[in-house]
Amino acid sequence: MSNLQVSVYRYNPETDSAPYMQEFQVDTKGRDLMVLDVLHLMKEQDSGLAYRRSCREGVCGSDGMNMNGKNGLACITPLSDVVKNNKLILRPLPGLPVIRDMVVDMGLFYKQYERIQPYLQNDTPAPAIERLQSPEERDKLDGLYECILCACCSTSCPSFWWNPDKFVGPAGLLQSYRFLADSRDTATRERLTSLEDPFSVFRCRGIMNCVAVCPKGLNPTRAIGKIREMLLADAT
Amino acid sequence: MSNLRSLTFDAIIVGGGGSGLRAALELAKSGKKTAVLSKVFPTRSHTVSAQGGITCAIASSDPNDDWRWHMYDTVKGGDYIADQDAAEYMCSEGPKAVFELEHMGLPFSRFDNGRIYQRPFGGQSKNFGEGGQAARTCAAADRTGHALLHTLYQNNLKNNTTFLNEWYAVDLVKNANGDVVGCIAMCIETGEVVHVKSKATVLATGGAGRIYASTTNALINTGDGIGMALRAGFPMQDMEMWQFHPTGIYGAGTLVTEGCRGEGGYLINKDGERFMERYAPNAKDLAGRDVVARSMVMEILEGRGCGEKGDHVFLKLDHLGEEVLGKRLPGIVELSKTFAHVDPAKDPIPVVPTCHYMMGGIPTNIHGQAITQDENGKDHIVNGLFACGEAACVSVHGANRLGGNSLLDLVVFGRAAGMFIEGALNEGIEYLDASESDIDSAMKRITRWNESEGGESIPELKAELQDIMQTSFGVFREEKNMQEGVKKLEALRGRIANAHLPDKSNAFNTARVEALELDNLMEVAEATAIAALERKESRGAHSRYDYPDRDDVNWLKHSLYFPATKELKQRDVNFKPKTVDTFEPKVRTY
Repeated sequence: MSNLQVSVYRYNPETDSAPYMQEFQVDTKGRDLMVLDVLHLMKEQDSGLAYRRSCREGVCGSDGMNMNGKNGLACITPLSDVVKNNKLILRPLPGLPVIRDMVVDMGLFYKQYERIQPYLQNDTPAPAIERLQSPEERDKLDGLYECILCACCSTSCPSFWWNPDKFVGPAGLLQSYRFLADSRDTATRERLTSLEDPFSVFRCRGIMNCVAVCPKGLNPTRAIGKIREMLLADAT
Repeated sequence: MSNLRSLTFDAIIVGGGGSGLRAALELAKSGKKTAVLSKVFPTRSHTVSAQGGITCAIASSDPNDDWRWHMYDTVKGGDYIADQDAAEYMCSEGPKAVFELEHMGLPFSRFDNGRIYQRPFGGQSKNFGEGGQAARTCAAADRTGHALLHTLYQNNLKNNTTFLNEWYAVDLVKNANGDVVGCIAMCIETGEVVHVKSKATVLATGGAGRIYASTTNALINTGDGIGMALRAGFPMQDMEMWQFHPTGIYGAGTLVTEGCRGEGGYLINKDGERFMERYAPNAKDLAGRDVVARSMVMEILEGRGCGEKGDHVFLKLDHLGEEVLGKRLPGIVELSKTFAHVDPAKDPIPVVPTCHYMMGGIPTNIHGQAITQDENGKDHIVNGLFACGEAACVSVHGANRLGGNSLLDLVVFGRAAGMFIEGALNEGIEYLDASESDIDSAMKRITRWNESEGGESIPELKAELQDIMQTSFGVFREEKNMQEGVKKLEALRGRIANAHLPDKSNAFNTARVEALELDNLMEVAEATAIAALERKESRGAHSRYDYPDRDDVNWLKHSLYFPATKELKQRDVNFKPKTVDTFEPKVRTY
């Protein structure tokens, strides 16, 4: 088999007036590498190629990117999952400002995460040991707390593209529900009040791109549905 | 020179993993002007990859559990060169630190009675080794590190900690008296280099597993704090002690938690034999990690390895059933499908011992204060310099860390360093300002790279370094091979000093970061190599063919590596816990 054809988004603000796609030929030696491995091989050809990476095992959330049109983590996406006709197109996560090449400015994404007060709030005095929580109560956090903040979901969401400053987005809302669902959290009322406006939650149109791309198999749309139910119940 | 912008803080914490964030939280709550400076967004730090749990005698699975039993296990696990005052502090303060994490929101798994779930881990016992296997590792499924790191980051947000995210610390700045008064750091996004002034500089930079070709460690684990401290002339302790985790996925190196064996999984050779029964008749697969890793290598060397090349063994989990796997080990199911193409509910996972953890590091006391030693072998505090977490060597892990003790180390000693620094700042700290020449000498290295015009390539030199370490300083070691390794490293140092950074741009220049990281890998590798060559015995993770026995007469000591002379000296181990009797060295069997 011939070399893999990779087309990658390049932009260096110091030297490029506009972004462009650069072609690379990568010799994979016939192996079904992860996309991140391919990026490493490309960086050996051009050390200037910039991308984020850390754990290389799908838990740190550094290397979210758009691979042949779909968001995902480069480190746990094997070529066999994405490559078509021996061609791989790599672009930064859509909708966020590009700092350089594959590196986007995650500021807006983090801001929406911070906005939902992503920490346990409990106004009762802490006991000398842990707060008790039944396994059934704890089960409610499964599918929520595992979020790695890779931004694959929010940057695949048209509602977030449109209103990244006002719509919390799937990642932030998943975490919002993680705390609403926690039997130990007592700030339910305040959390819901802060989400009541027409944008924060209700801009979700149920497109479900978030569910389709989440590399951890989480379901932000379901969590958003639960928040809507709580808001509606709260209003009646 | 020195037209650098400066930023001033009461305390600067370099590293945004578990220990750095725990220290920062303590200081942020105290109202001190604190910043966390991290080369990655904090939740991308390697703590996130910790799986199995945090070991601590919170007396949940066993209401009679006792921190002293945990301390005994820790000291024995460390093959008796853990400092007993430090192990005592960690194990006795541990429950407080774990309950705090729970109160902060960490989503621990639970028992039916609502208390935190605890699972058995390697090297754990009840009643000082006499009462059988304990279950002392508190877990959030098999994603405990993720849950812990996110919880700590969230609580730092709550307490308005200042973050310098995606900033890279280059080198320490010392004043004329040798006190550490901050560091030189680079904003990765813009390339701006600044002088960070601080009365307390905390190195919480984690491990350096990337000195090996095969490691469970994240790509960012390049020993940056160790490199900074060595270049500043400070000694490193017990750098020969590297843990090889028994179960790294064959080929990929990704970690498979010891919790798999805690939940009832076990290792088999090509004959399907549960071979750990021969090597550790009592603890079997839950013996110390060093013991299990060596047993695996023995099986492979004696021709009982699995696969075409016979170069790995299998971890069998299918008998646990899909329900236990889904509930207790969901992340492992994911990882083995992704990286080994194996569904552990059906087939065993191919595994091999893989570099995992650096027991050594910057010697500190239990307050995180860095320690150096004078010519007479007397300890001295290094003013202004602190370390915690994997970068530090307190030492609670001695020659071999127990599973689940690293997360406990992070939170207990991150917290302790934070508390101590708060107190010291309240009492008032005054150090002489750094002069221009002090700053210039800390700028030397980055300037060298920026002015490099030709020379060898960074990725190739890094690969060579990793090969040397893998070949000469692995699970089993031997004089001649290590001597060759040391020589090759010496030569490599000269080549790295003349290597080339082709990309001189400013905006998010990851090539420059990798160049700076390579210097740190070099420092860590050489310290490791020389310490390993000089420690002429086998103890814990340091295992030599030519000196197969533990030598308590000559080596019941910490090693201390001095970078200026490249000499290895010794430092006394603490055998004086405050509230319990000393655990005297015994033959270590499981």
